[in-house]
Amino acid sequence: MVSLNAYLTLGAILFSIGAVGVFTQRNVLIIYMCIELMLNSVNLTFIAFSKFLNNMDGHVFVFMIMTVAAAEAAVGLAIIISVFRNKETVNVDEINLMKG
Amino acid sequence: MFYILGFGAVLSALLMVTNKKPVNAAMCLIMTMFLLAGMYVLLDAHLMAALQIIVYAGAIMVLFLFVIMLLNIQEKEGRLGINKIATQFAGVAIVGGIFVVIANLVTIDHSLVKAGDMVNGFGTTKAVGTLLFTDFILPFEIASVLLLAAIVGAVILAKRRIDNPESK
Repeated sequence: MVSLNAYLTLGAILFSIGAVGVFTQRNVLIIYMCIELMLNSVNLTFIAFSKFLNNMDGHVFVFMIMTVAAAEAAVGLAIIISVFRNKETVNVDEINLMKG
Repeated sequence: MFYILGFGAVLSALLMVTNKKPVNAAMCLIMTMFLLAGMYVLLDAHLMAALQIIVYAGAIMVLFLFVIMLLNIQEKEGRLGINKIATQFAGVAIVGGIFVVIANLVTIDHSLVKAGDMVNGFGTTKAVGTLLFTDFILPFEIASVLLLAAIVGAVILAKRRIDNPESK
């Protein structure tokens, strides 16, 4: 049986990789995927705690996170489509309409 | 088994964030999600593993791929300016700091983690469903309203204006 720390460390590593991706990538679609990766790593942490505490509440939290991720992906991709229709780009450096 | 899955997940996540092409990145992310689903099975969360594959690797990633195909992005990779590279290094440094903090928190103390009594049928659909419809009935209903709002919002954001003849 692998210890709880191993799972938490893996979750932290995946979360950090996702955060690095958000900082380094300029393509808005890949940034979105990195956000999904971060949500996934949090799910892993919830489920690991759920198992080691023998408490099933974590599974419900993961269920809710999946719901929110699905809603967020749908709305976010719709926004990306409408931005692309107006600006013909998905590079976040060129989407600077709100920059003062 | 944990180490195989974990190594694979980290590897494909790294491949994802270093990839320039969105389609390749999406494939790597799907791989990561499958490996994480295997991890959930190791943790006795069978329903969540199935949902991970169906909802994440299935629905959400198909949506992503659909949008990638729809937008048909032309690659125009210019070189990054020096201040952008500096920004990237700063970002990596910040995230590294965050990771160190998280790793410290992770390795503190085990005595806080006290296991409760073993739940009957841990992680099965029945157990999760019972919990959803008893203790968590209000969040469950709110989630349904959220999904409805997301459907309406996505359709309104992505539709073309009918009254504007230019954008046909």
